[in-house]
Amino acid sequence: MSSVQKHLKGIHVDHCKNTAGCAITPIVLPEKVYIPMSQHIGAPCQPTVAVGDHVKVGQVIGDNAAPVCAPIHASVSGEVTAIEQKMTAQGRVDTVIVITADGKQEPAETVVPPVVTNKEEFLKAVRASGAVGLGGAGFPTHIKFNPRNPEEVDTLIVNGAECEPFITVDHQNMVVHAQDIMDGMLHTIHFLNLKKGIIGIETNKPDAIAKFKELFQGHPELEVAELQQQYPQGAERVLCYETTGKHLIAGKLPADVGVIISNVSTIMKIEQFLKTGMPLVSKSITVDGNAVTNPQNVEAPIGTPLPEVIGFCGGYKGEPKKIILGGPMMGRAIPNDDVCVVKGTSAILVFDEAFAQINAETACINCGRCVKACPMNLVPAQIYKAYNNKDLEALNKYHAMTCMSCGCCTYVCPARKQLSFINGNLVKGFVNSQGGKK
Amino acid sequence: MNKRNLIVSSAPHVVSPVNTSRIMLDVLIALVPAVAMATYVFGMRALLLTAVCAAACVAFEYAVEKILKRDVTISDLSAAVTGVILSLNLPANLPFWMAIVGAFIAIVLVKQLFGGMGQNFANPAITARVALFVGFATAMTNFPLPVAQQTADAITGATPLGLFAKGMVEELPSNAQMFFGTIGGSMGETSALALLIGGAYLLFKKVIEPTIPACFIGTVAVMAILTGNDPIFHVCAGGVMLGSIFMATDYVTSPITTKGKVIFGIGCGLLTMVIRLFASYPEGVSFAILIMNILTPHIDNLTIPALNGVPKEKKAKKGGDK
Repeated sequence: MSSVQKHLKGIHVDHCKNTAGCAITPIVLPEKVYIPMSQHIGAPCQPTVAVGDHVKVGQVIGDNAAPVCAPIHASVSGEVTAIEQKMTAQGRVDTVIVITADGKQEPAETVVPPVVTNKEEFLKAVRASGAVGLGGAGFPTHIKFNPRNPEEVDTLIVNGAECEPFITVDHQNMVVHAQDIMDGMLHTIHFLNLKKGIIGIETNKPDAIAKFKELFQGHPELEVAELQQQYPQGAERVLCYETTGKHLIAGKLPADVGVIISNVSTIMKIEQFLKTGMPLVSKSITVDGNAVTNPQNVEAPIGTPLPEVIGFCGGYKGEPKKIILGGPMMGRAIPNDDVCVVKGTSAILVFDEAFAQINAETACINCGRCVKACPMNLVPAQIYKAYNNKDLEALNKYHAMTCMSCGCCTYVCPARKQLSFINGNLVKGFVNSQGGKK
Repeated sequence: MNKRNLIVSSAPHVVSPVNTSRIMLDVLIALVPAVAMATYVFGMRALLLTAVCAAACVAFEYAVEKILKRDVTISDLSAAVTGVILSLNLPANLPFWMAIVGAFIAIVLVKQLFGGMGQNFANPAITARVALFVGFATAMTNFPLPVAQQTADAITGATPLGLFAKGMVEELPSNAQMFFGTIGGSMGETSALALLIGGAYLLFKKVIEPTIPACFIGTVAVMAILTGNDPIFHVCAGGVMLGSIFMATDYVTSPITTKGKVIFGIGCGLLTMVIRLFASYPEGVSFAILIMNILTPHIDNLTIPALNGVPKEKKAKKGGDK
């Protein structure tokens, strides 16, 4: 049966964009910031400062010569008072540089707009900006911008879908900093020798779409792709297909199909670095949920302790029982709030006990809702059963390794099975442990 | 003060409000028109039979789960659904003890002994009906006439399909009677209208997809036309409506993919018509669904969806495009 499928499958989740249109307010400067040395995929940074050093905003405090790494900068000016091991927002113990702020926020001498005239200098600037994938993956952007097959890559896709419920900071930045984002796209296209740039935005953000349509007039190489309101339009493989019609098969890189995909905040931060020389030292964050007093959008220095961010938003409302870093579909629940803002923090969602209840699992009734939800066209229920039987052959037959953990199957499952977690995480661990990776 | 002891779980942290109990409740709601119509046509005995079947199914489920030390799952309402559907498959005047035997077969033998919810390979109500049909052939085919058509010396009579099988075509009821259900037969099979209302509700609530009923009913109609019979008669007669809307769409025993559902629905329709036209039984819906239930794992196995972007390459290799 040949069927021309216009859209990939997905689910409709309540948007809960309570903070839409909410300006991004800088929070009160924290007394201390705790900056982890590993905020990206790749080699962790080594501290380049010592206890007692005075640092200024934007100064490099951690770096590593390894190829896959992005430098880390001081987000406040002040004194390095400790370098310690601490649990981070990524859920692992990491080397953390503690800076006690002096409140002056002096920019470092190095904060001057970089001179960029060619691809090499551009990539160097992208690295120096500390940019990593701000959609959550945290892959160093200068590596992503430098594929092995540059001659085959011709399109930049900017991810402005923001399909996760609750989060609105990308939306806000797209409306307020549309010019920076467009300039960032133009610079990226120019220096990487690409032919066109597409920004994908879900249609629940009509003001952002209108803004870019207006700005893009006179730039035939730039295009706005209006995405249907469906989760997960912002997943890399889904976005690639919905904007270009090209399928990103599991295991392939975007460059293999001729595209580079980057989050809209990443592009914005790179452009702001090109214009001002100020690297990635703060992050726009949506603070929301039914257990926070004043939900709003804030700009917080990297390394700000979570309680300071929550405190700025009026503190907890009632007894918080679940805190999620990121969106409710793919974000991570943390065991306590003793962690700090990192580059990948896009939202802090705080919920009460009723929300945090974990539903009891019941038997799979083969209803097929997961099949109708899966953007990757998998049969999640069968992968789940094959995993329970530890049946490697069946797992391969059902393409288990294609799962991207988007959470659609778990969302729709009437039996409350943790399909996405099992299929995306446990199955991969099992298949790899058996050496059976296809 | 730091907040500790937060609840940690894997993503996603939000779920759809639809759970298994809600689905089963929707099925029960969708069955209300059919039960009401059966009560109207065959009298209070029909409603009583439904109550007995549902109560027996729930009781058997509770008892077996207690004995086997399983979690008691009667609150998911699946046993009640099985009971109501089973009753709709029976003649309204069937002795209660036979109905209870049917409930035992459905819940204990077919569902719980194979592992309970989600594990049974065949639809419990269908299997129970077939077992009763074979075991109590006389009682199961002694169909009462609608109360309004009963006379002092004729309480039961042949069903439209029974007349059809005997070639007594001139005595068949009109298509309007067939559609509204003022005809003899199993209590839930007579009124196509009531079943369609229930089906529409299930479609609206997205409990079922139209794929299986459409393919099933469509195939029956096409087969009827191809063999020179009246398609409306064959679609409204016997168990096609009840079977295609409420039993062939049973999640557990039907394929999980759309392609599989198409094959399943067409298979049910074909087998139904083959049995009606060529076999010695007047009606074939329950046998057709039972056979397709058994084939479901194989259909699922042959219809694993291709990955996005992969099918074209596969087709190119095979050198053919449908």
